[in-house]
Amino acid sequence: MKIVVAIKQVPARDSQLRIASSGKWIDDADLAYEINEPDAYALEAGLQLKEQNGGEVVALCAGPSRAAQTIREALAKGADRAIHIEEEGAGSRDPLAVARLLAAALRSESPDLVLTGLQSDDLGYGQTGVILAELLGLPHATIIMQVEKAGGGIRVKRELEDGWFQHVEMPLPALLTIQSGISKLRYATLMGIKKAKTKEIKRLTAAELGVTDSAASITLERVYLPERTKHTQLFEGSPKEAAAQLVEKLKFEARVI
Amino acid sequence: MSILAVLEQRAGAWNRMSFETLAAAQQLARELSTQASAAVLGQGIGALAAELSSKQLDKVYAVEHELLKDYTPDAYTAALRQLVEQVRPSIVLFPHTYQVRDFLPKLATALDRVAVSDVVSHHVDHGQAVLVRQLFQGKVNVAIRFAGEAPHFASLQAGAYRADRMEEGAAAVETFTPRIAAGDIRTRPLDLFRESQRAVDLGAADIIVSVGRGIKEADNIPVVQKLAEVLGAELAASRPICDAGWLPMERQVGSSGQTVAPKMYLAVGISGAIQHLVGMKGSRTVVAINKDANAPIFEVADYGIVGDLFQVVPELVEAIRKAKG
Repeated sequence: MKIVVAIKQVPARDSQLRIASSGKWIDDADLAYEINEPDAYALEAGLQLKEQNGGEVVALCAGPSRAAQTIREALAKGADRAIHIEEEGAGSRDPLAVARLLAAALRSESPDLVLTGLQSDDLGYGQTGVILAELLGLPHATIIMQVEKAGGGIRVKRELEDGWFQHVEMPLPALLTIQSGISKLRYATLMGIKKAKTKEIKRLTAAELGVTDSAASITLERVYLPERTKHTQLFEGSPKEAAAQLVEKLKFEARVI
Repeated sequence: MSILAVLEQRAGAWNRMSFETLAAAQQLARELSTQASAAVLGQGIGALAAELSSKQLDKVYAVEHELLKDYTPDAYTAALRQLVEQVRPSIVLFPHTYQVRDFLPKLATALDRVAVSDVVSHHVDHGQAVLVRQLFQGKVNVAIRFAGEAPHFASLQAGAYRADRMEEGAAAVETFTPRIAAGDIRTRPLDLFRESQRAVDLGAADIIVSVGRGIKEADNIPVVQKLAEVLGAELAASRPICDAGWLPMERQVGSSGQTVAPKMYLAVGISGAIQHLVGMKGSRTVVAINKDANAPIFEVADYGIVGDLFQVVPELVEAIRKAKG
């Protein structure tokens, strides 16, 4: 089974974010980056499927040159090779523009299965996977908890709201977006890190892929820190003092204890 | 120019978020001096469509087809594409449900558009809708405008609009029969199921102490457990804690877990990602303890302490013990 896992590099989860002076994006000067967590689970699912069924796992990433670090980590965890679509500013592109790049890179690959995380921790559109499926003409299923081979195709477990699930059968090739937390993430081994250095990373640009910017159907007007709509009473001082003030309010104002 | 609200039903029962979307469509139509209509898809949905005929809407479209009985992205996309091409709305609104997340990007892409997903609010500027959504797990907002020709698509976050603002009126019901062939549907959906009976009903708890990533490791869970005990509270968690197996899945609060509205919700080490907030923002009193003053949980908190939970929580346990005498 040839599996492509689309991964994204995003600012580290605990980053302190500031708005760029343009007001159009965040100030990314001093940020640390990491793999988008849902994509780490998609990669894990891909590696496990390969272990069960044989085949190949290809990591696919659109991002600036710094994304190479995230790609190397995917290779160290066990991806066989990688495709890096090297583009500055890919982070703030709309999901259709990003999916067009990914789709163009995949046309010559003809994978059996394309996996990606259900959403990104930065933009959070939760759309790139489904858009990619549509561009490639593949059937898809989203928020997947489990994947197993069934006949010539696969049987997947979809998460629905409020604790409901559903099994769906589908043919291959197909695209799945993977839910976070479906299995434990592996760490890269020392051997894996060593091997990663010899693995192939194919670097491509949008121009090489023949993807030109087409007219966007949405425009980003401005990004800003949300204004507090609710007045939160914050208690300061030492932990002991803050705790005492909070309990006072909970007892006499909110009357919940 | 007109607004179309696409509502969601399963087996003849409404998804309650549908009416938030309907109310939002009515509001946007008023603000843009246009009309709102609504559509519902399925098989045998006459009764649901009739229910909508008492709302203030231009039209109600009952999109009927036997292949729409069970949801599939292929059939829903085909049906909605045909409806949109016939009705030609300028803006199509959806509730941001798991089902909508599954097919809306496909529908928008088929029409060469990008849907604005998970919208939390909007305003009208120069006769145009400007939509606000969240980035970076709720830490940053972005304002987005539609560009180019209609139709445009957006989905609305749970609780962002109020269903009780829905206006009554009268609307004509029109049946729309899409052309769908069984061969167009590539996936085969099987029955819905639940993993197990829930032993814990968080919905019945008066006080909930909920724990998030800030707790760092499983061995630290007793820190918050003590707080729950002294308050007589149920212990709950955000998704990552249950994913890691530190607390059972049945104690998860959020869009994929339980929705709760207790008298007091005490969020410890929870940053407040959207998926968590939708599960608890109806709580009467919200208390947040978090080391990051910019964490979105403080957006919904009545009371808060910015600090290290490992220092604050033991002091809080002590103070509550004293207060309870």
